[in-house]
Amino acid sequence: MSTKPAVETRPAERWLRRAAAVPYLWLLLFFLAPFLIILKISVAEPVIAQPPFTALLEWGESGLAGIRATFENYAFLFQDGYYGIIYLSSLKMAGIGTVLCLMLGYPMAYYIARQPPRRRNILLLAVILPFWISFLLRVYAWIGLLNNRGVINEVLIWLGVVDQPIQLLYNDFAVYLGIVYSYLPFMILPLYANLERHDRNLLDAAADLGARRNRAFLDVTLPLSMPGIIGGCLLVFIPAVGEFTIPALLGGADTLMIGRVLWDEFFVSRDWPVASAVSVVLLLLLIAPILWFQRIQAREQEAMR
Amino acid sequence: MNRRSAGLLTVVAFGYALLYVPIVSVVIYSFNDSRLVTLWGGFSLRWYASLLANDELMDAALLSLRIAVVSATFATAFGAIVALALQRLSRLRGRVLLSGMIAAPLVMPEIITGLSLLFLFISMADLVGWPASRGAATITIAHITFSMAFVVVVVRSRLSAMDESLEEAAMDLGGRPVPVFFDITVPMLMPALISGWLLAFTLSLDDLVISSFVSGPGATTLPMYIFAKVRLGVTPDINAITTIIIVLVAVAVATAALVSSRRGQTG
Repeated sequence: MSTKPAVETRPAERWLRRAAAVPYLWLLLFFLAPFLIILKISVAEPVIAQPPFTALLEWGESGLAGIRATFENYAFLFQDGYYGIIYLSSLKMAGIGTVLCLMLGYPMAYYIARQPPRRRNILLLAVILPFWISFLLRVYAWIGLLNNRGVINEVLIWLGVVDQPIQLLYNDFAVYLGIVYSYLPFMILPLYANLERHDRNLLDAAADLGARRNRAFLDVTLPLSMPGIIGGCLLVFIPAVGEFTIPALLGGADTLMIGRVLWDEFFVSRDWPVASAVSVVLLLLLIAPILWFQRIQAREQEAMR
Repeated sequence: MNRRSAGLLTVVAFGYALLYVPIVSVVIYSFNDSRLVTLWGGFSLRWYASLLANDELMDAALLSLRIAVVSATFATAFGAIVALALQRLSRLRGRVLLSGMIAAPLVMPEIITGLSLLFLFISMADLVGWPASRGAATITIAHITFSMAFVVVVVRSRLSAMDESLEEAAMDLGGRPVPVFFDITVPMLMPALISGWLLAFTLSLDDLVISSFVSGPGATTLPMYIFAKVRLGVTPDINAITTIIIVLVAVAVATAALVSSRRGQTG
């Protein structure tokens, strides 16, 4: 609904404006301020001497030594190959996870969009339903399935496919599986929202013009669903890069993902300055996909109107 | 059926199996008598009984529920106001900043939200002496902040489909803004407010990463407790908790579906 400038001054608007100040201030204090604090700690050397940040520096030594350490740690992040490898490895794992998710999610969304409305809603509900059950517990459920004496290995041995349990848990395979499993609804929903809007007359027209079904899919459906594909992929990729729970529970000791490294940096080595520098770089990496996602979002919302 | 649609059906069936097999297996094994989690030792309710005797776990569950109820309520109230302001106020100072601050938590890695909020709480304790110690209060604040964003999304999509003329009529007839808001706008928004609240409640109940950062020594939420246990592998009593949560979710979803379908019939 468009807002009407004519009624702009009516009391309801004034009231709403006043009421909105509360969540506005809340977000400034609890979302923007923390964000700025983290930025300042990791990049700005001189302003760090201000009182608000001294508490943070107590984890170093006295005031100035602590500041310098922070800055050096930040530079160290770029010099040390270790972090570069972890960032690349996180991007790679999130990327592969996203592609796998798309390969499974696209056929599912495509199938659901083609069903009669009643069945469509049930199938869609079945995709969303697991989302309401704790994410942590759903990831945990895979431990029971994948471990050496778990259900999958027992079945494989019983079927005679293998005679020794195969290592399914605590490796990169388990992390990919975890990403596909956890984020599948995020892939399917934008794809479905897009595929469901397609005009079937276009496919009929393609058929009338002699296109085979595969050809019509490649030339009509796939290009039209591009916004859905990009939207779904970004919705999976962005959170997957910083994912902590999945690599922590399903990954092996050699699974390098930045979320887990950041957690360890913070809770295990207690190196807070490095942890904040690590998170700023992670955010910088994610800014481009986030902005891209928001542009797609805005365009899709326009298209829905 | 041709080969193409058979292939499609196989992939779809695989996808649904992937979504449900882990959940079903946890439910089945929660009734397993054997301590060895993967061997079937007969039907038993012993893990459910052991849950009740586990004080640490009960405390964690109660803390999580308390935090979830309070944070979902605040997040819904704040989120609804933000959604109304963004949707209805054409001239809103700082609109870009506000919508940015609402969109960002949706895509912000949890680990960064947690870390940055912890730094804020430490700075605040240093500057104004509050929060003196971190725990339930700081976790609640963190949960309100990130779940508000999800409420805004839900409420805005309802608002954009809602007819404003009823409220305008009430205003034209001399209704004062606050009563009109509570008598007309809120009831019309109710389905979105309920689903927003449930979403915020679930997100809060589920959060591990942000809680771990902003919590203090005394406060362990249910996900924090579960994470500490399952990091070492499968434990049967966690299967039992999972099953209880699945049942609660199923009941809630069924109720919500019933309510909305009845609403759909009358409205």
